[in-house]
Amino acid sequence: MSSDNGVPSDNAYEALSEGGDDVRWAYGTGFADPLEGVDTTVPAGTDAADLTAYCLMLGDDALIMSHRLQQWCADAPELEDEVALANIGLDLLGQARLLLSRAAAAEEAANGTGGRGPADDSDGPPRGEDRYAFFRAEHEFRNVRLAELERGDFGELIARLLVFAGWRLAVLRQLTSSRDPVLAAIAAKGVKEVSYHRDYAAQWLIRLGDGTAFSRERAQAGLAAIWPYVPELFTPHEIERRLAAAGVAADPAGLRGELDDVLAQVLPAATLEVPDLPPRAGVAGRTGRDGVHTEAMGHLLAELQSVARADPEATW
Amino acid sequence: MSGDGGSGEGADRRSWPLWEVFIRGKRGLNHVHVGSLHAADSEMALRNARDLYTRRNEGVSIWVVPSAAITASSPDEKDPFFAPSGDKVYRHPTFYDIPDNVPHM
Repeated sequence: MSSDNGVPSDNAYEALSEGGDDVRWAYGTGFADPLEGVDTTVPAGTDAADLTAYCLMLGDDALIMSHRLQQWCADAPELEDEVALANIGLDLLGQARLLLSRAAAAEEAANGTGGRGPADDSDGPPRGEDRYAFFRAEHEFRNVRLAELERGDFGELIARLLVFAGWRLAVLRQLTSSRDPVLAAIAAKGVKEVSYHRDYAAQWLIRLGDGTAFSRERAQAGLAAIWPYVPELFTPHEIERRLAAAGVAADPAGLRGELDDVLAQVLPAATLEVPDLPPRAGVAGRTGRDGVHTEAMGHLLAELQSVARADPEATW
Repeated sequence: MSGDGGSGEGADRRSWPLWEVFIRGKRGLNHVHVGSLHAADSEMALRNARDLYTRRNEGVSIWVVPSAAITASSPDEKDPFFAPSGDKVYRHPTFYDIPDNVPHM
């Protein structure tokens, strides 16, 4: 169908939509709620307080890494990669929201109050995911330190993203058979997302490593910057160990092989070397999972939380 | 970018080539042109297309084609190309009775 001026009047996106879609949207169809039909009660025999802490661990990993990715908005080397990084950040933010909401529900089940205790129930910051994200102090965040490290250059970002996604994918794969049906559903959604994040980072690391002398040097330096924080990813916290024994959590101790397999494929193709660097110790053996963070974390949280704290009643 | 415009290599080193993106929707039978993007090679173009053009759950299949590989008709040729078919109504199959059991017409 053409009008007189020869310009086709039909919309190219019309063929992409499905019948019965919301007509307000030109395209984009068939959205699904990952938790639809999932039983949200805390499974019998699971310690609700442990489950709260575990959901905070996984949720904080995603939230903090998402924030680092968001810092690349308007600053990526190419427009296309800017959108790609924003997509990845949004994927992780979505996972964080589901996990922090799960933590709130588990906390409610643990103390039967609604999460904040009866004493200060009348006013103050909102509950649930926002309260966790915006009104916790640094020592209450349970994310691994890898996620919070100061933003480096694009080489550092890609190295960090490959390791983070490789590790998280292994964790989420295990969690798809968790005894907590909510965690299993969140993981099933996340596996597809994080598979792409890992693929994106692997493609770029190979391009950088096998590119120019300068890009190779930056990629190798990026690997070196994050490498001391890799062993922490596979060191289980006692809560992780307890919940793994109960069939609810993934024990990261057994997952190092999956990341090593990925690196054994990607690094040689990228002509990069595995760094020979010792782990960065925590404080008296305590690291991110215990709420002990690096200097970068305070600055990150100041940015992340400033708006919500300036106006706690704000809604969005 | 400096003086030696003829070498062909130095001219555009800072920008990646342009690719045209075609996406087939869940119900669509054919790939539909949705836009273009920059990428260093076809693998990157495919991934960039995924990131730029399927963010809202549009597609199930992506084609990318180098824009340089497309030969297009020009607006100057509009009349000789398209005007002659404007009055040839007999080219439409509207003079036939289509049997009820013939689908997809």
